Amino acid sequence: MNRSSASWVPWLLLLPALVLLVAFTHYPAVATLWHSVFSTARAGASSVYVGAENYQLLVEDPVFWQALRNNLLFALITVPVAIVLSIAMALWVHRQVPGRALLRLAYFTPAILPMIAVANIWLFFYTPQYGLIAQISQAFGWGDHNWLGQPSTALPALMVVTIWKEAGFFMIFYLAALQQISPTLAEAAALEGASRWQFFRRVQWPLLMPTTVFVVINAVINAFRLVDHIVVMTRGGPDNATQLLLYYIYQVAFSFWDTSYAAALTVVLLTLLAVVAFVKFRLLDSRTHYQ
Amino acid sequence: MRRTILKTFAASLATLAFGGLTGPAMAQQKPVELTFYYPVAVGGPVTKIINDLVADFEKDHPNIKVKPVYAGTYQDSVVKALTAAKAGTPPQLAVLAAADVFTLIDEDAVVPIDSVANTAADKQWLDGFYPALMLNSRINGHTWGVPFQRSTIVMYWNKDMFREAGLDPDRAPANWAELASYAEKLTKRDASGNVTQWGIKVPSVGFPYWLFQAFTTPAGIELMNPAGTKTFLNAPQAVESLQYWVDLAAKYKAMPTGAIEWGTTPKDFLEKKAAIIYTTTGNLTNIRTNATFPFGVGKMPAKVRGGSPTGGGNFYVFKKTSPEEKQAAMTFIKWATTPERAAQFGIDTGYVAVTPAAWETPVMKQYVQKVPAAAVARDQLGVSVAEFSTHDNQRVTKALNDALQAALTGTKSPKQALDDAQREADRILRAYAR
Repeated sequence: MNRSSASWVPWLLLLPALVLLVAFTHYPAVATLWHSVFSTARAGASSVYVGAENYQLLVEDPVFWQALRNNLLFALITVPVAIVLSIAMALWVHRQVPGRALLRLAYFTPAILPMIAVANIWLFFYTPQYGLIAQISQAFGWGDHNWLGQPSTALPALMVVTIWKEAGFFMIFYLAALQQISPTLAEAAALEGASRWQFFRRVQWPLLMPTTVFVVINAVINAFRLVDHIVVMTRGGPDNATQLLLYYIYQVAFSFWDTSYAAALTVVLLTLLAVVAFVKFRLLDSRTHYQ
Repeated sequence: MRRTILKTFAASLATLAFGGLTGPAMAQQKPVELTFYYPVAVGGPVTKIINDLVADFEKDHPNIKVKPVYAGTYQDSVVKALTAAKAGTPPQLAVLAAADVFTLIDEDAVVPIDSVANTAADKQWLDGFYPALMLNSRINGHTWGVPFQRSTIVMYWNKDMFREAGLDPDRAPANWAELASYAEKLTKRDASGNVTQWGIKVPSVGFPYWLFQAFTTPAGIELMNPAGTKTFLNAPQAVESLQYWVDLAAKYKAMPTGAIEWGTTPKDFLEKKAAIIYTTTGNLTNIRTNATFPFGVGKMPAKVRGGSPTGGGNFYVFKKTSPEEKQAAMTFIKWATTPERAAQFGIDTGYVAVTPAAWETPVMKQYVQKVPAAAVARDQLGVSVAEFSTHDNQRVTKALNDALQAALTGTKSPKQALDDAQREADRILRAYAR
């Protein structure tokens, strides 16, 4: 075969993937950055270069800071809780318990339900007076609470939905990882007289580390990508109490039609996600023991 | 099948034979296709009602095909229509919020109705609507929207609960003081002090600014100028209105604290969890069908005057469409607003039939005799004002909505919340006020 004619073959083979990557990942990212330094074209005023003006507006925008704060809180609380729950559930259904398949299915169900439907069901749970939670608490005489209508409980109420949904999904990863651990290790530990806690702490947990890293990264990214619940359950309210970055970007872009400011917000979100990815690849990977 | 083929064949022969002479006539044979976006903001089978409406229209006009597209809430619908317009393929016509008119003009998405319907007869037709319903349409000397599914805010009250509380079941509270004392009497608590029945619910999720106008209008203040370039959000009457709204929960303890969901409010009423609710007249048919108890419909209680904002959706005709499509769209709009059609749509949904002529039709007269409540919204039109609407409408509205929710959830005082909203609105509208 002729060497020179073969040099384009690998490129040709890469082309489909390359086209998709450029069209749907790289070009939009660069275009977003580009748009974020221009003003939004309005009737009568075309788009002009404004430098960092959009970013300056962003620094002064209290709603942006609230959304960012909400988002960080959201990640800091939902991710650890979801992980602890999913490990507990995985350990539980990993053992020989009666009805194991049913249990696994039950835990996994939230992950396969469509988000919009889930949010609508939870909306009913939280409805004051005759919603599920209200009915239960009234039966015990605890009174009524407007969960989604109070700034203090609206965000936690949404966190519960996310944890409920994510924990079942992450359980599957932990379950798969637990099944990969050789049973000889359990036997050896039993011979040495290790307690169940010691076995988990010294054997299972370290071996689950790669899964945990994967799950943490995905959970953090999911926390910043969350939008479906917000649309259905609170629309960012009351008074921005449940405003998250992605929903704010949607509002700015498609309600206010301020596309260049939305681009600046998107750049911030992209940067945040890039940092998360960087942390995973550079820091955590080097400290994680892969089998 | 064969017949169709033969017909087509004959038609093409005819075209060949007569050439240019019959050309335009033949072109009309090919149906004009219209895409029609519409939102749903009330309970009941609105989608079916619209589909039936379109089917009836196509029966009368075989040369126009209308494709109705359900586009979500008012907010979703304007997003979809504007996105489509920006992509160069707008719907030919759409029902969108009357209050979004400035956005549609500023984005250069729609044409004035009087530019496509400009005969003397058309002018007469446009003057045939209730003047209150045209307040959000007439801007810069043009008419931008044609009233279709229009509403005002009304109160619904449960007559059984009024009777239980020792109130006259056939009389609505007429002013603010009465409303507060009625609502207090209608609130029931169990032995441990938990509320089992609320006196009143005024929703504050979704579009609280509109419900806010149900207080500011009786208080005697309009929140913006007709040109949509100035707002008066922290005027003393506006602060007083918000204080009263907050007090219904905080002082009189007759309304739940915190934000109240728009969508579940009619349900709360039907479930007998609230004795009085504020919602759109567009929910009348829904409530009438599902209520298991006698109920009344009333106007907004007065402070210094009566009145409600108008609300709901207008027909808009989009710009980037062919002249034939615009004419076909006008044909549809005129047909849908004929007295008989407007009357039937009002009866099917509860929205206010949009012309006085519609209320003179026999079918409507019969309906009003059976359901006198239907006429309440119409009678309120005389004292109704424009829906809050400015340039950069969604953004200004969000500032106001946030302020209202902040006050209702107790994070800010009414005065401070409205001062903040006014400052934000001034900042946003600076560019338009010049």
